[in-house]
Amino acid sequence: MTLLSFARGIALEVATMVFVLGIAWRLVGILLLRARRDHSAARRHDAWKGLMMTATRSWPKKEFIGASGFVEAISYTWHLALFATILLYAPHVVLLQNVVEAFLPFPVVGRILFYWPTLPAGMIFFLASLSSGLLLIAFAHRLINPVKRLISNFDDYLSWLLTLAPLITGMAAYMHVGGPYQTVLAVHILSVEALMIWFPFGKLMHLFTMFAVRGVTGVLFVRKGAAT
Amino acid sequence: MTASASAGEIAAFVDEPGDTRDGERVERAMSAFVKDFGMLAAVYLETCVHCGMCADACHFYEVTKEAKYTPILKVEPFKQAYKREYGPFAPVYRLLNLTPKVTFDELERWQELLYESCNVCGRCSLVCPMGIDIAGLIAEARHGMAAAGLVPEELLPRTDADRSVGIDFAAALGELAATHKIEIPLDKPQADIVCMLFLVDLQKYPKSVVAIARIMNHLRLSWTFSSRALAADNLDFVSGQRDAERRVNRKLVDATIAVGAQSLILPECGHAYEAMRWEAANDYGKTLPFKILHISEFLAEQVQAGALVLRAVGKSATFHDPCQVSRRGGAIDAPRVVLAALGLDVKEMSPTKGTNWCCGGGGGVAAIARADDLRHKVFRLKMAQIEDTGAELAVTSCSGCRRTFDDGQAHFHWDQTMGSLVELVADNLAAVPA
Repeated sequence: MTLLSFARGIALEVATMVFVLGIAWRLVGILLLRARRDHSAARRHDAWKGLMMTATRSWPKKEFIGASGFVEAISYTWHLALFATILLYAPHVVLLQNVVEAFLPFPVVGRILFYWPTLPAGMIFFLASLSSGLLLIAFAHRLINPVKRLISNFDDYLSWLLTLAPLITGMAAYMHVGGPYQTVLAVHILSVEALMIWFPFGKLMHLFTMFAVRGVTGVLFVRKGAAT
Repeated sequence: MTASASAGEIAAFVDEPGDTRDGERVERAMSAFVKDFGMLAAVYLETCVHCGMCADACHFYEVTKEAKYTPILKVEPFKQAYKREYGPFAPVYRLLNLTPKVTFDELERWQELLYESCNVCGRCSLVCPMGIDIAGLIAEARHGMAAAGLVPEELLPRTDADRSVGIDFAAALGELAATHKIEIPLDKPQADIVCMLFLVDLQKYPKSVVAIARIMNHLRLSWTFSSRALAADNLDFVSGQRDAERRVNRKLVDATIAVGAQSLILPECGHAYEAMRWEAANDYGKTLPFKILHISEFLAEQVQAGALVLRAVGKSATFHDPCQVSRRGGAIDAPRVVLAALGLDVKEMSPTKGTNWCCGGGGGVAAIARADDLRHKVFRLKMAQIEDTGAELAVTSCSGCRRTFDDGQAHFHWDQTMGSLVELVADNLAAVPA
């Protein structure tokens, strides 16, 4: 068994299982907890306005732009560049289709659900470079900024490393640097699998909880008429 | 008439002594924290990405630039305990020791962060890009601290009077009525409205108590104070003593129901509003049979209905938003409706309304003497904000804030005095419309 066949075979299966089951376990673990019923008289019944916070919280209030604008700009840009790299690169889309096909009883569903236009490889390389560069700046900021340094933990650093690694190895594979192509590609796939395995256990889970949290808080605050 | 309580009622209020084993106190703290908040607390704790932006919204960080005042750090022990002991992957966290076990010493150290340097003002909750209500988490953490017996001494009610028990309200109100030549109804068997006051007002701001009576009488409403529930103060809500807080809320609810009132009007007090308006029904277990209004909301309703007509003051004024009433309570527009009715030229602070800076005294901070230096640093922010408006008058609708302003004024020999909205209204009542 070559390193590449291992990465594409058993390692991918294990990582996918951990990723899916881990996320499900963590979400169910939260959802099984008690949710308190609120008997107070609502000032306003406008759940839609509350749910709007899922979008509006993506941009800081003008009062906070001076203080938090830099961090937000860096963060949103590297996130968007990362998602574009993952979802708009043709080989990634084909891989997603193959993985979904392997798990779904009707393979054609995967083909339909995971079909969308992709970007040229050169543009993806630029986006991956941008995302990597901004991740490095974010890391430096975490080390330099006294607040972020104080509140950071193992999860923050490991999650950062495991997010950056696929970008770096992916660019290396694209550029044919760092060793034989098949080895670098295998390392790239393994780095993604490491990310998938860690994903359910650490802060990366905010991908699944963030919008729910914004929505819930928004609905609760609007119900009181509180500032959102 | 004198309000009194049985020995059993008093005993139930007494805090447990601190000779319980430390480990057990930590356990109590954590279970109280998790039990109360449930799913919401869990999803909040699961979602923090340690971006640190909440620090930029906190006035304690703003004036000191000390990283320890970062709001989300204030719940760190509880976050650790949740992940290690209660979260979906708790066994993994314990096995790999990904988060250390919370110790009693750690909780003791956190007392400063949770009580002395946090007003639970909720400004941090507005900046979190994840949408986490950090102030809500801090309030829950205070429940945990209270369960562990770690409430600062100053926030523990030590006498009956601290819980409005055993005070001769009839005598106090009778004296006010005689001095100001005004009728102040107490314990009318039936009334449409029950009014409450902030206990401190009786001693420090008696004019605001008289102002409430003057306005209610002026409007010719069926109203009364109740000696069973005259003071809306709920120190236990502030300190996090959940069971005692529930008992206080329940007492106020029962007294209002006993009078058959349709409305309960709360005084110029921030924490009383948060405790009663948003928590009393939950403590009661069902929707309340009456509505609860802050006095500023009541005044705005009367103005908008045309029942309350006011003389124009003819000056400029700025309004300090009390955090629990305005930012977190939702009564943001009501005081401004009243200020407009007073013909005041309102000069808003920057920032204002929902993002206004806290005065630094709320959440019990003003009562903790060792927090004074820090609180005074925060107060400089407030002074600068008010001075920048150039307004002739400064007005608020919270006696707690007002006390903080009085203290700050004395400390800095400042020439600005914070006024009361309800007093301003009572001083400018115009003839009742036909």
